[in-house]
Amino acid sequence: MTTSLPARFGVPQELEARCARLKAEREGKRLTILVCCGTGCLANGSAKVADAFARELHARGIDADVGLAFKRTGCHGFCQRGPLVVMMPDETFYQRVKPKDVPKIVEQTVVGGKVIATLLYKDPNSKQRITRYHEIPFYQKQTRVAMRNIGLVDPRDLRDSLARGAYLAVAKALGAMTPEQVIAEVDQSGLRGRGGAGFSTGRKWRSARAAPGERKFVICNGDEGDPGAFKDRSILEGDPHSVIEGMIIGAYAVGAHEGFVYVREEYPLAVENLGHALCDARAAGLLGRNILGTGFDFDVQISRGGGAFVCGESSALMKSIAGMVGEPRAKYIHATDRGLFDLPSVLNNVESWSDVPVIIEKGAAWFAAMGTAKSKGTKAFSLVGKVKNTGLVETPMGITLRELIFDIGGGILNDRPFKAVQTGGPSGGCVPAHLLDLPIDYEKLTEAGSMMGSGGMIVMDDRTCMVDVARYFTRFLWDESCGKCTPCREGLSQLQIVHDRICRGLGREEDLPLMERLGAVMETAALCALGKSANFPVKSTLQYFRDEYVAHVRDKRCPAGICKDLTIYRIIDEQCNGCGACLRVCPSKAITGKPKQLHALDQGLCISCGACFDVCTPMNAIAFDPRPHAAAVPPAAPGAAPARRNS
Amino acid sequence: MSHEPSGRVVKIEIDGRVVEARTGEFLLAVARRAGIDIPAICQHEAVDPAGNCRMCLVEITKASWDGWSRLVTACLYPTEQDLIVKTHSAPVIEARTVLCDLWLARCPDSAYVQKLAAEFGIEKTSYQPAAVPTDQCILCGLCIRVCEKLGPAAIYTVNRGGRKKVAGPFEGPPPDCIGCAACAEVCPTSCITVAERDGTRTIWDKEFQLLACTTCGRTLVTIEEARYFGRKGGLGESYYQLCDRCKRLQTAQQATKVAGLPLTVGGLGEASGRPFRSPGSLTTSR
Repeated sequence: MTTSLPARFGVPQELEARCARLKAEREGKRLTILVCCGTGCLANGSAKVADAFARELHARGIDADVGLAFKRTGCHGFCQRGPLVVMMPDETFYQRVKPKDVPKIVEQTVVGGKVIATLLYKDPNSKQRITRYHEIPFYQKQTRVAMRNIGLVDPRDLRDSLARGAYLAVAKALGAMTPEQVIAEVDQSGLRGRGGAGFSTGRKWRSARAAPGERKFVICNGDEGDPGAFKDRSILEGDPHSVIEGMIIGAYAVGAHEGFVYVREEYPLAVENLGHALCDARAAGLLGRNILGTGFDFDVQISRGGGAFVCGESSALMKSIAGMVGEPRAKYIHATDRGLFDLPSVLNNVESWSDVPVIIEKGAAWFAAMGTAKSKGTKAFSLVGKVKNTGLVETPMGITLRELIFDIGGGILNDRPFKAVQTGGPSGGCVPAHLLDLPIDYEKLTEAGSMMGSGGMIVMDDRTCMVDVARYFTRFLWDESCGKCTPCREGLSQLQIVHDRICRGLGREEDLPLMERLGAVMETAALCALGKSANFPVKSTLQYFRDEYVAHVRDKRCPAGICKDLTIYRIIDEQCNGCGACLRVCPSKAITGKPKQLHALDQGLCISCGACFDVCTPMNAIAFDPRPHAAAVPPAAPGAAPARRNS
Repeated sequence: MSHEPSGRVVKIEIDGRVVEARTGEFLLAVARRAGIDIPAICQHEAVDPAGNCRMCLVEITKASWDGWSRLVTACLYPTEQDLIVKTHSAPVIEARTVLCDLWLARCPDSAYVQKLAAEFGIEKTSYQPAAVPTDQCILCGLCIRVCEKLGPAAIYTVNRGGRKKVAGPFEGPPPDCIGCAACAEVCPTSCITVAERDGTRTIWDKEFQLLACTTCGRTLVTIEEARYFGRKGGLGESYYQLCDRCKRLQTAQQATKVAGLPLTVGGLGEASGRPFRSPGSLTTSR
């Protein structure tokens, strides 16, 4: 169908010629079928859809058609509507495709050239069916830089990436630029660390280049451990070559010859696709000795993480690569001087590395033209929670939270009221509704008491108890703290105990200032960024949703009806029409009643999960009240008191 | 991580006093040399600093920082020119107070922690104390670091976060432990139990035979310890046949034989009154 994999490229010009030829070849295709095989779509059964395509095309004898290509690609981002199938060059966008739809697609669209209306995306607001990818509101406001190739290339096929211009930036940097020029370009682009801390990438590279020593390392941080974040995963799964390309350029700039990609073992597809990409790049002379005949040597190996969230912290990550326990160290001496194996090291996030080739290729000015005064370029976000369009999004910095959640995200699920969005992962803060017009950049989010973090966006509606949210994230961080330093380990234990107490109706008003005092010390006294920010969920909820805390401790009431020990549900007799929806979702069989007759709720069986409340939206026949005698709930066993050593 | 100061002499200010230091030298060492007290729990001259306990937090700033300051651990912060250090400012005391309060919640019945907390005016923890009886480990990590430094690296922390504790592999008796008890020696809260009875020592749920002095019968070190340090230090097995006291006695006897002087045992001074004495404890005694 296409030419075989290229032999080693001896000089940059050979690569350039091959890229141009592959590009022309692909543009000449009558039709390219892209089946999303990102993790979200795979979970929705896209592997079966892809197999069905392969079978159907083969059965009809059109798989040999030179005008047709069929690819399994990385994540298109619109995970909510998966499995996704996109037909290029027309950008026909089919969603929620099932294997049984495939013969029809082949028959009508591939052969007949007709669009199947029922498979198109229907805009819930305008009720219009939308045919083309870029006309869908979810994609309209997006600008894909770090994710430029995801969904368009088969990550297992280097030729696909080459056709999209992969490694041309390596040819340019190694062939025509000095390391200093590369650093200057990255510096001027204003690129800041996409892992969340937002340190200038150019400055980091410059320090590492200046650091004495022959042996240096570049490291890619793919230890994306935040609940609800999946941008690094999607990049590594869907376009590993862009990350490798960025690392080659970075290595050349700082004078490193060895690279590591630290990726979570829980991301099997990312490990697999990256491994494939590394082998392909090596075989093509794009990695290893004498890259593109320029005399520059560099190779990358994969280091798989064992699932500790704290290993996403750069110094803990480096210890983990070196085979030691993943505990952070004080960073008074920077990693660019003493990092991995105590040697100068540059560590950047997956997304940062993926941004680098574009900056080299299109120039710093192009990148810096996007974004805000201090935060340039684009940023990838994992949009999750109570939002209609769950998925992966990349927009220019400076987009407001409102645009992100309501325009791209399509608004709140079931059109409930928006309450808060937690940005930046578990140690980010919860930003309330009155700050929805906040432009997203590093400084603005920090001012709002949150952070950019890895770009996680967890959207919450009015059925979210903010005390419960703070408790959840405190619990997560308590689990994931390395436990090395006192403020983080003991502080999180105590924050968790206090939250448990409050959610059980045993909180005291003095608990709130107690947590604020503890949190302030954790911020200044903890050893690493995890501990220093572990207080953010508590601090921001106390700041913006203090009334909810007060309702819990003073009135023993959970305003959102979430904390089970404080809430009882009841049926409003006058409004119940006996539809049976609540009866069907009740997990404890506490609701009984005949169809079209008044239902009854047995308080003895009810576990206060609220499932009935959430389904009774048309009638609003379920209500919740504070549980009487909440104080009678027995105190929590000190959840954080671990089994300790008794030698 | 080993650390070498670069050696350039600079002047820094600690609590209003101008102090000379070499760049790269850790602040705690500089302060102590100048006789300025900074409390530190997980710091010990036998091992590299780790920054675990955070007790040695100090506030640093520079004239050029426009009034901005930050807290750093003195044990790990490398000295640099023009640094202004406050060892007892309000944020520092606040941090230390909360730390002590947290330790008191963790180890409410530890005499060491009680005394420490009392120094910061805390009689009773503001937080929920752990269920009694607790063990008294504050996870300073000194035991682990000294064990690593001496060589066996028999114990380490297991688990993470609130479940973290010091243990041997799989939380069982550590196979590499040689029973030197250096860990117990450096433990600030004395929570590592060492029991000696009938010529055996029990530590970390492991029983060791003690070597007896071939002359006086006093027990010395464990057999494993003698073997380990005999080999590692190139001392030979015979090094541990005599206790320190008998060794001195023997040396003195030989010396007096040469000089022709009379000798009385009492004049040589008593050996250590501690129940055990080992290379580990020799190198780590405070």
